[in-house]
Amino acid sequence: MSAVRAWLLVDVPRSRWQARCQRFFLAWLAFRQNAGAVAGLVIIAALVAVALLAPWIAGSTGVAPDLGNRLQPPGPVFWFGTDELGRDIFDRIVWGSRITLYIVGLVTLIVVPIGLAVGVVAGYVGGWLDSTLMRLTDVFLAFPRLILALAFVAALGPGLENAVLAIALTAWSPYARIARAEALTLRHSDFIVAARSQGIPHHRVLAGHVAPMCMSSVIVRLTLDMAGIILTAAGLGFLGLGAQPPTPEWGAMIALGRDYLLDQWWVPAFPGLAILVVSLGFNLLGDGLRDVLDPKSRS
Amino acid sequence: MPEGRTGSQLDRNRNSLLVLAPRRIAGTALSLVLTFAGLTAVTFAIARVMPADPVLAIVGDRAHQDVYDAVYRELGLDQPIFVQYLRYLGQLFEGDLGVSIMTAQPVLHDLLRFFPATLELATVATLLGVLVGVPLGVLAAVRQGRWLDHLIRTVGLFGYSVPVFWLGMLALFVLYAKLGWVAGPGRIDIFFDGMVEPVTGLILVDSALAREWEIFRNALGHLVLPAGILGIHSLAYLARMTRHFMLEQLGQEYILAARVKGVPERTVIWRHAFRNVLVQLITIVGLTYASLLEGSVLTETVFAWPGIGQYITSSLFNNDMNAVLGGTIVVGVCFVGINMGSDLLYRLVDPRAR
Repeated sequence: MSAVRAWLLVDVPRSRWQARCQRFFLAWLAFRQNAGAVAGLVIIAALVAVALLAPWIAGSTGVAPDLGNRLQPPGPVFWFGTDELGRDIFDRIVWGSRITLYIVGLVTLIVVPIGLAVGVVAGYVGGWLDSTLMRLTDVFLAFPRLILALAFVAALGPGLENAVLAIALTAWSPYARIARAEALTLRHSDFIVAARSQGIPHHRVLAGHVAPMCMSSVIVRLTLDMAGIILTAAGLGFLGLGAQPPTPEWGAMIALGRDYLLDQWWVPAFPGLAILVVSLGFNLLGDGLRDVLDPKSRS
Repeated sequence: MPEGRTGSQLDRNRNSLLVLAPRRIAGTALSLVLTFAGLTAVTFAIARVMPADPVLAIVGDRAHQDVYDAVYRELGLDQPIFVQYLRYLGQLFEGDLGVSIMTAQPVLHDLLRFFPATLELATVATLLGVLVGVPLGVLAAVRQGRWLDHLIRTVGLFGYSVPVFWLGMLALFVLYAKLGWVAGPGRIDIFFDGMVEPVTGLILVDSALAREWEIFRNALGHLVLPAGILGIHSLAYLARMTRHFMLEQLGQEYILAARVKGVPERTVIWRHAFRNVLVQLITIVGLTYASLLEGSVLTETVFAWPGIGQYITSSLFNNDMNAVLGGTIVVGVCFVGINMGSDLLYRLVDPRAR
């Protein structure tokens, strides 16, 4: 153990691999100091674990009705009680974690490539292309996100994928701004000039040298944004425009539980708690990552 | 501090303001126009990709082909898409947002009726956010690292992690159904409905103008919970940003100089540091106000608040596209307008941004 530690903390790394490991280890040491950030990491890790192990954690599929056990209060058999169709709310929340992760993954897959591509090209190429792309980015940045998502879902029809698409449509613009700012400072740096003078074509410089340098800022921003994205997706689900029944999406579960609030509070209470915990996790993790990866904003 | 400057310096500052302001305003106006063009292009695209055939909606599916073609041409659907967009823009500028299927009224007319409720809700929510969030942020910065700072930061973290619609439901359940401390859903008790003459459409203002204090109290009882719930997010955000800005200022040398000089701590915090923060807060308050105007959709649904958000969602479920897109444009224009306005104000007030 101490040998590994010594290898990780040696003053002059011998190989690229060692240097890279070292950087991660030092970041981890700084990250570990931040109790909130570690709590956030634990929450997100738990979310991923629950989503992966859902078939083994949940006793039922969470979809099939069991009318004999309608609206049972929380107890030793049904930890979080049952809903109006007798489905175990705990099981539904467990299965719902997969949907939350699916939303997170899908938004990331759409938003990061678009934002990176627009921002990196704008910053690297400069000139009229830069101003055009940035004007476009500003236009999207100024859009009202939730209302536009509503209008999009209205046009495309309710559904989880459409809701995510609608969110992603307005979410990419901050990433373009971040990537442009990074690309702008890198454009004339020595290692880029060196790469160019070796005859590496522009698109490979962009993809292989400029884009990776933007990743840490992008990851920080993405983690901080994720809570908002989860809340927006849950909100669309709550309005009946996101995932459709019987999918155990947390926002939709709250909407179904609304009618039972007065006498069976547990039906809407627990899904909301799940949303709160997960978005809290992303916010905590994002704050911690920002302190570690982005020394400029350290206070 | 004008006494520290000579008269010619003041003159020069005033001149540079006069010279630079129009250029800034022109730049902002250009972004405003571009953003508006983008917004309308998106709503136009949504109107076009709707699976429903607008001609069929008018003539019905048993109409003769000639009739169909005539209406098709009359709607301008045979024109190039760019021409259609310009026509659409022209209609927007005349305030023609189409007719709502649900209410059979012009959409603009409906929106004007529903808008004051949203405005009232978002304004009171923002006021709550500013009046509570900003002092909390200052307090957290002054007590940095102590338990009060940690408490305020934790509350803030909770504030922007909680699903507002869920919190609203729980609050309604506890504070209204169980404890009876606040009035229930809606803007006003049904008994008082329509009793004050709508002048501004804002019930608080109208009832105060008519000196109907009982109605005013009733409306306030209805407003306080949804506004508080809606304001939580902006409260958390404002507290966080105020803390950040304050810490930035408190670390500066002029604060150290003031303290060394023996200026009382209260004066250092409020007269020196906070004054500089105030300018930065303009943009943040504008941003949160705009986002509350659009974010009220969920709160309105929970509290049966007859505002623009509810109008949009209920139209959505009735496939009333004119109403949905009209609402989107109106909220979008407010959103963009407030953001640009606060940006402009910031540039005018803060000499460093010029």
